[in-house]
Amino acid sequence: MSEAVDIREAYRTHGVTKVYGSGDAQVHALRGVDLVVPEGEMVVLLGASGSGKSTLLNILGGLDRASEGEVFFRGQNLTDFADRALTEYRRAHVGFVFQFYNLIPSLTARENVALVTEIARDPMAPDEALRLVGLGERMSHFPAQLSGGEQQRVAIARAIAKRPTVLLCDEPTGALDSTTGVKVLEALERVNAETGTTTLVITHNAGIADMADRVLYFRDGRLDHVHENARRKRPEDITW
Amino acid sequence: MVRPRINPLNRKLLRDLWHIRSQALAIAMVVACGIAMFVMSYGMMAAMEATRDAYYDRYRFADVFAAAKRAPEHVMTKIRAIDGVSAAQSRISVGVLLDVEGVAEPITGRMQSLPDSGRPVLNDLVLRTGRWVDPRRADEVVVNERFAEAHALVSGDTLSAIINGRKQKLTVVGTALSPEYIYAIGPGQLIPDDRRFGVLWVARRQLEAAFDLDGAFNEATLRLRRGARVEEVIDRVDALLDPYGGVGAYAREDHISDEFVSSELDQLATMTAVMPPIFLGVAAFLLNIVVSRLIDTEREQIGLLKSFGYSDAAVGWHYLKFVLAMTAIGLVAGCGVGVWLGRGLAELYQEYYRFPFLYFRAGPAPYVYATLAAGTAALLGTVMAVRRAITLPPAEAMRPPAPADYSKRLLGRFDRARFLDEPSRMVIRHIARNPMRGVLTVLGIAMAMGLYIGSAASTDAIEKMVWLTFDQVERQDMTVLLVEPRHDRILHEFTRMPGVRAVEPFRSVAAKLRFGPREERQGLTGMLPHAEMGRLIDRDERAIQVPEAGLMLSAPLGERLGVGSGDVLTVEVMEGRQPTFDVRVAGLVEAYIGTPAYLHIGELNRLMKEGPTVSGARLLVDDARAEPLYALLKDTPVVAGVELNAAAARTFRTMMDENMGRMILFNVVFAGLIVFGVVYNNARIALAERGRELASLRVLGFRRGEVSYILLAEMALLTLISLPLGMAFGIGLARYLAATWTTDLFVIPYALQTDTMAQGALVVVASAIVSALLVRRRIDTLDLIEVLKTRE
Repeated sequence: MSEAVDIREAYRTHGVTKVYGSGDAQVHALRGVDLVVPEGEMVVLLGASGSGKSTLLNILGGLDRASEGEVFFRGQNLTDFADRALTEYRRAHVGFVFQFYNLIPSLTARENVALVTEIARDPMAPDEALRLVGLGERMSHFPAQLSGGEQQRVAIARAIAKRPTVLLCDEPTGALDSTTGVKVLEALERVNAETGTTTLVITHNAGIADMADRVLYFRDGRLDHVHENARRKRPEDITW
Repeated sequence: MVRPRINPLNRKLLRDLWHIRSQALAIAMVVACGIAMFVMSYGMMAAMEATRDAYYDRYRFADVFAAAKRAPEHVMTKIRAIDGVSAAQSRISVGVLLDVEGVAEPITGRMQSLPDSGRPVLNDLVLRTGRWVDPRRADEVVVNERFAEAHALVSGDTLSAIINGRKQKLTVVGTALSPEYIYAIGPGQLIPDDRRFGVLWVARRQLEAAFDLDGAFNEATLRLRRGARVEEVIDRVDALLDPYGGVGAYAREDHISDEFVSSELDQLATMTAVMPPIFLGVAAFLLNIVVSRLIDTEREQIGLLKSFGYSDAAVGWHYLKFVLAMTAIGLVAGCGVGVWLGRGLAELYQEYYRFPFLYFRAGPAPYVYATLAAGTAALLGTVMAVRRAITLPPAEAMRPPAPADYSKRLLGRFDRARFLDEPSRMVIRHIARNPMRGVLTVLGIAMAMGLYIGSAASTDAIEKMVWLTFDQVERQDMTVLLVEPRHDRILHEFTRMPGVRAVEPFRSVAAKLRFGPREERQGLTGMLPHAEMGRLIDRDERAIQVPEAGLMLSAPLGERLGVGSGDVLTVEVMEGRQPTFDVRVAGLVEAYIGTPAYLHIGELNRLMKEGPTVSGARLLVDDARAEPLYALLKDTPVVAGVELNAAAARTFRTMMDENMGRMILFNVVFAGLIVFGVVYNNARIALAERGRELASLRVLGFRRGEVSYILLAEMALLTLISLPLGMAFGIGLARYLAATWTTDLFVIPYALQTDTMAQGALVVVASAIVSALLVRRRIDTLDLIEVLKTRE
């Protein structure tokens, strides 16, 4: 690493660009992003669709590669990682929460969590993860028997049960109404507070930005500006 | 500039097809296999039958044959005058022993006269090399091509024949084919053997001189007018020749060569009648499964199209076109390959049968059937699947996905067992949730496997037939046939010959068997009880004795006559004193070549009103002393022919391999391709159905191997389940084939070796492994980002 830092950094990027396609059909999804994400923070990524926030999240999560620039995770350069190493990186350090939950329909809530704890090094018990998101009572239910909000909370439990270093959430409330959305945000908040997991949340909803330590505003593939909240709002106080 | 306008739906169709090209190809391949098999067999069969008929017609193969001892030529005038006879020709036909340089064992031959001037009116020859004989030369012969080739005889070569007890040197001046000797089978031979039986054509005047038949003949051949009554003509000919030692006229269908050719073509016809429709049916069934599952995975798109305002009919038509496109590729490829292979196969068979030319014209029928079968299967598969999709309201496709409901307890508590890891739990629940899909998959694989095993079992059946015939029924080393029946004192002479370890006599007489209105031309064979060499076996392949009294009929003969144990048959003997007598059927025996009828040799002698008389003997021979024995037999004038058992078995196997072997090979190869097509398709569809789930797991940090396990374990499980079922199908098909294969001449027993079963299983497992590897590669390239954005 180039410089010593006091606070440990989860991510640091230098000039990350992402270009899809070639020739006339080229799309510049990212046009040089530099950022630092300290560990333990709750970070919200805001921006219109096509602004590059999802592309960045995918690159940080090891699902995609930067066309140019460097991405450091805890000082390790992800750009150097082969596919296999990226899989191991996701397995050990990254928890994903998707807009459409992506639960396995043939497994119960507990089993969905166990799916991940079985392959993790130092996981929490599935029951514990589910209690953390407020689903202690519905552990034996299949996804088809759960509401959207509940499914998303199972997804969060599944993501955090392996005690990931970072939790990456792409529009976690995008498919939910506000009441259930708040419950999901509460779960994220609680996980962040109690486990100290660095949490990155993509959203369209500017209101959610108030619960973050740091808000990254994206525009046209660039990091437009960064806003740090002096005080984080509690999810139940957020209006949308 | 005007650009050709393709409507967007059609463009989608083309792109979708391109997108699933490898799967579409696999589907097309299954269809193509079924259709190619069908078109190939159909075209080949039609060509063979047309060619045979044209050959018979062009070379004027006689419709009726009648042998006598010595009939004056003027009888021919009366024969020609019989109502329905369009042409008739007399000839001289005699059995001789041949001696070809460098061949130890005696060779049986038949000498047949050629008219002194002009070509034969009936049974014309196809001269292949050399020239016709000069009627003034006693030593000139034309020999049949197969025999010439078996001994590498060419024009100018010589061989010897024992003619009327005198050894005479003959010169080959040409080789020829005859519609009468497509198969040349010597006396006492079970099956054609070109090394040990030859046909020699000689000028009539030379044979008349040698056999004291001036102005006489011993065989009449007749060609009938269309619509003539064969039975009536035969009766009239018999009446005319009776005073001259006639032994009974017979129709072309009883001619041994035609019997063989027809029998073989019947076998091929059965193969082509039974197998291709099964292939086509299996292919259609698979197409149906594959198509419905493929369309199930398109559910969301169907909802989307409907929400745009496309009518159900438009959506249905769209998917039908999608499926028809794949089917059409298979159809066109199948027809093309089928015709090409059919022609190639017909050429191989032409060479095998030595037809002088080949008629190959594939009419429209096979294409029409193939198109109908494939089209119907595609249509049904599509309509059923599209209907399911269409009944879904379009809004369903717009709403967040309702996860498939797995809450029904289908497996009791088993799937909750703690020893299962979560991926295994996923596999088990996925199968249990939609058992019908699993059942169809298993059924599809099992049917393809059954097809493979059933096809390959044909080879086992032939092996078993050879074993039964040449190791269980005919257990002698050689069979010696006498020129004329003789007193059984002759047996002592055989016993004294060098190397002979055992002698067993037999008596055979030409006869007609009658039961009610049914009549069969079938010789009777007199046997010794306790026979060790010529044995009778029952259904369970156990040796049984010929009884003191009564007939033992081969089962198919009994069936043809409609008789069983206890029925009384009328036997009309067609040689010697030509007695007619009634005899009771004592039982049925198994026979695999021909349809023999046996009785006690003593009883046959008594019924023939003759003393202890034999027609020949079976011998057990010391291998080391075979050569001097052959030499002695060659110089024994009373011997008309010798048949070596081992050689006959070998020839028979070769014959079967060349005839059936080719078809079997095609069947097996096509079945193998179908197995692969099915297994691969199943794997691909499973991937399409679960791609999103698997990609999610990859995102969560599952390694490729771990993700592959979920998909491939299910495939492996279903494949394993299908193995025993596939074997059961294979056994069923093999039994069915054995039952349908029986012809006038051959009975094919049921046989299925463990090896063949194992081979079938191996083909399935190997297909599964290759498919798994191919699918595994696709798992490696799953689009992980897509999965975050889209929903089911």
